[in-house]
Amino acid sequence: MAKIKYIEFNGTEHEADVANGLSVMEGAIQNDIPGIDADCGGGMSCATCHVYINDDEWFKKLPEKEMGEDDMLDQAFEPKSNSRLSCQLIVSEDLDGLTVHMPEKQV
Amino acid sequence: MIKTDVVIIGAGPTGLFCAHQLGIIGLKCEIVDNLDKIGGQCIELYPDKPIYDIPAVPKCTGEELTNNLIEQIKPFNFNFHLSDRVQELKNENNKWFVKTLNGKEFETHNIVIAGGVGSFEPRKFPTKSAEKYDGKSVLYSIKDKTIFKDKSVVIFGGGDSALDWAIELSNSSKVTLVHRRDEFRGAPASVQKIKELSDNKTIDLITKYSIKDVKGNGSLESVEIKSESGESKVIKADYVLGFFGLIMQLGPIAEWGLNLDRKTIPVNTENFETNKKGIFAIGDICTYPGKLKLILSGFHEGALAARGCFKYARPDEKYRFEFTTASSTIKDRLGVKE
Repeated sequence: MAKIKYIEFNGTEHEADVANGLSVMEGAIQNDIPGIDADCGGGMSCATCHVYINDDEWFKKLPEKEMGEDDMLDQAFEPKSNSRLSCQLIVSEDLDGLTVHMPEKQV
Repeated sequence: MIKTDVVIIGAGPTGLFCAHQLGIIGLKCEIVDNLDKIGGQCIELYPDKPIYDIPAVPKCTGEELTNNLIEQIKPFNFNFHLSDRVQELKNENNKWFVKTLNGKEFETHNIVIAGGVGSFEPRKFPTKSAEKYDGKSVLYSIKDKTIFKDKSVVIFGGGDSALDWAIELSNSSKVTLVHRRDEFRGAPASVQKIKELSDNKTIDLITKYSIKDVKGNGSLESVEIKSESGESKVIKADYVLGFFGLIMQLGPIAEWGLNLDRKTIPVNTENFETNKKGIFAIGDICTYPGKLKLILSGFHEGALAARGCFKYARPDEKYRFEFTTASSTIKDRLGVKE
């Protein structure tokens, strides 16, 4: 279990306890947190669960991007170097306290 | 006006298998899809990626699955209406009248929405100022490449479309290619070619930059780009092209008076009918307790929706369940000779 903070583009904060093994994306969907669309349902084949990891320490701590994630991020709305697809961030105790920022929009 | 039993919206695996089930029970259908090819997300998003959870098929790609489904419905000779989109629905005397973007009209008893997560549309620039030039000098696809002759063209993107057009247009235009990172996702040969063209100064290659603003006075004059650290550059541009892949938009489906839950349509699990009589929703676009977004769930949903359609298309007949292994009627429909 990890506490994940999701911050919408307008600054609205949401916190959720997400079970180990779920993705950060699923944590948002299951808790009805707006700002993550996840059109493809976690298949890394859209780019609508895009988040920014604004804390550099956290960004470095996350598991590295797999091949294909950056390709998909090319197709996201305003990707930056601290962008991740939240469907690829699998929750474990290590992610307790992570904060993700949502982009202005997903599509 | 084309008269039919069912109009299927979406030619992905779910729509195709639903068509098969309609054919098996003796109904006709017409299939409309926004893409220019059959296969939906399978063909657009992951044609080469293997799928491992199709029952009795240990492994197949999106393209193979699509081709097999096309083969499976071949006996029924259903019509496909590709690069078109269902725009308007109207109900009169328990029939649905359907109009498409290209002006096709259908009269049908049933509509099956197998639209995935909506229709694919190009992702556009996030910059508001680009909207003013959309379709004129800011483009997301190319219909006529002769307009770029001797012009300054700034291309954004790192996939095959961006690379291929940068290579192609470099023969007759001043091309600048801008991409957000140093790596490209296009084919290795194209990436190699782009690097050569950049080395010999045929094109300008700028990486780690993205669009900031487009500027002009009536007509487009330049595009401003920014790096993440805040540097910016202004590049002269007659045309700006963006190739960021496709996004999925629900589009006109949202305006048909259907109940919606986020971007999905609630259905009952008996026949996958929506809140509108004669409109069914199957596959990724439908939702119900326990819904799984799997292709196999879409197949099941399509089979049941097809039986639901039968009731409205043949109100005076009783639907009789038959097995394909045993029924001579079904074998006739499939054109099987024994």
